[in-house]
Amino acid sequence: MSFYKSMYSTKLLELFKNPENVGEMPDPDVKVTEGSLACGDMITIFLKINDETRTIEDTKFLSYGCAANIATTSIMTQLAKGKTLEEAKKMTFRQIADALGGLPPVKMHCAVLSIDGLKSAIRKYEEERGLIEVPELDESFVRSRLRHIINPKVGRDIVSTGIVEEIRVHEAKVEVDLNLSEADEFKNYIVEEIHERLDRLPNIRDLKLNFEVE
Amino acid sequence: MQRLVYLDNATTTALDCEVLEAMRPYFSEWYGSPTHEYGHAFGLKATEALEESREVIAESIGAEPGEIVFTSGGTESNNLAIKGLALANKDMQQLVTSKIEHTSVLNVVKSLEKTGRFRARYLTVDREGFVDLEQLENEINEETLLVSIQHANQEIGTIQDIKEVGRICEDMGVLFHVDAVQSFTKVPIDVKKLDIDLLSISAHKIHGPKGIGALYVREGVKLKPLMEGEHREFGLRPGTENIPGAVGFAKAIEIVNESQLEQMRRLREHLTEGFVEMPDSRLNGPRGDKRLCNNVNITFRFVEGESVLLHLDMRGIIVTTGSACFSKTLEPSHVILALGLKHEDAHGSVRFSLSKYNTFDEMDYAVENVKDVVEQLRIISPVGR
Repeated sequence: MSFYKSMYSTKLLELFKNPENVGEMPDPDVKVTEGSLACGDMITIFLKINDETRTIEDTKFLSYGCAANIATTSIMTQLAKGKTLEEAKKMTFRQIADALGGLPPVKMHCAVLSIDGLKSAIRKYEEERGLIEVPELDESFVRSRLRHIINPKVGRDIVSTGIVEEIRVHEAKVEVDLNLSEADEFKNYIVEEIHERLDRLPNIRDLKLNFEVE
Repeated sequence: MQRLVYLDNATTTALDCEVLEAMRPYFSEWYGSPTHEYGHAFGLKATEALEESREVIAESIGAEPGEIVFTSGGTESNNLAIKGLALANKDMQQLVTSKIEHTSVLNVVKSLEKTGRFRARYLTVDREGFVDLEQLENEINEETLLVSIQHANQEIGTIQDIKEVGRICEDMGVLFHVDAVQSFTKVPIDVKKLDIDLLSISAHKIHGPKGIGALYVREGVKLKPLMEGEHREFGLRPGTENIPGAVGFAKAIEIVNESQLEQMRRLREHLTEGFVEMPDSRLNGPRGDKRLCNNVNITFRFVEGESVLLHLDMRGIIVTTGSACFSKTLEPSHVILALGLKHEDAHGSVRFSLSKYNTFDEMDYAVENVKDVVEQLRIISPVGR
């Protein structure tokens, strides 16, 4: 008695009802929050990492979001547990979707958010321990950030699906030409996501988005 | 068997059995298409049924039968009213509406704006969803063709002061369209007394069939049809009339009575009380007489509406939410945002809309389960801890 059964897999619904690894971790080695309340998708991830073996020993999460958000984050924490940081960095949102038995395109961004959360947590851990440096602001850096945004129409990112036309970086100013009309049904969503990904970066001061001329 | 409590009646309602019975003969017994008075028996039977239905509908809003045009429903009525009027008027350029209209009004206005021939003004609303009437007066000018303001809101049930809007429009000499799809038969409407020129209504919100609605077009108001074809419905709507639909629509109107409305009002209060006593919950929209008798809309802070909806669905309770996750365009409810509330207030908003079939027992079941679900989701939420 649920239309969601046609949209969501059994595995996803099961994890939504009884999520694994949910809850707060009292003394995590790293804790990050990804997404935002405004977007309606927000997760907090806690990792316990072995300093010598650089292995993820325990994972926990909290979620503010839809069923797909809860289930993707739950399965991500299950898959990440026991992996080394290098192995965990190679995890993809596709793996998350596959592990759930598939995700509808319009919900693919939830899988991306869970992977982004994991990678942010690892990056934070590595930065805090002086293992890596903050990358320089250039076109490819911006592009790599935009690859985390899913085109809800097809369930793949906005770079590979051609929505991102051109990126120009001049000092701390970033300009992005989008192959997206003002009338597109997902325009507001995509614009908000781009701001979400780029606005908070310390090395970007000004962001301008240009749309397709109709 | 699992219990089923349907609380999504602002979206659509169950067809009343009495309505179905009234419609039945017009499917396979008297299935003719209406003809003129000298047509064959089947045509005449259809004409008779159509015109009797038209009279019932006209009477219910204080109109003349010749002012009622049958359409496929609320969306078409809104399109015909606004687009039809815009197409028939070449010299006026401004449309005034509000920020909380149904998408079938807002998207029509936006598409007219895009043609470059029209400018639109979107009136703001206050925290309870009431349109700013002072702003309305200021926005109307000599170029204003139409003011389109809904009677009651689809999400938060706010009933606008249509009488005052009608008076302002009348005083300033502009046409006035009312989307009354949500309020029809729940709040009395008299198009003559309220100075209304165009009014949209629909059958399936009041236990009538889907696929039929009507537009009241005051005598003398000129519209262009949206479709071309045979001359039917006063030249405004070609195509064979939906006779069973029209008959069902009229029947649905006839069987509404005040005690059903009073019952819904009591259920609404009971449900609202149950929710507002929960921590971190707030009612969206006004309380009392200025709210639709069947609407309850609550924001549960720190949780997201689609999760609430799905958990409730698994327990047989059917509701809807203003969360972005639940919308096909991934955008939060434009109504909740227009109240000046935050995105997360929209994501956490849940609408419970009642019908004459609901009971107090069902309200208790809903409150009990909502409390449980919201509590569960708050335990796993990173906010509000």
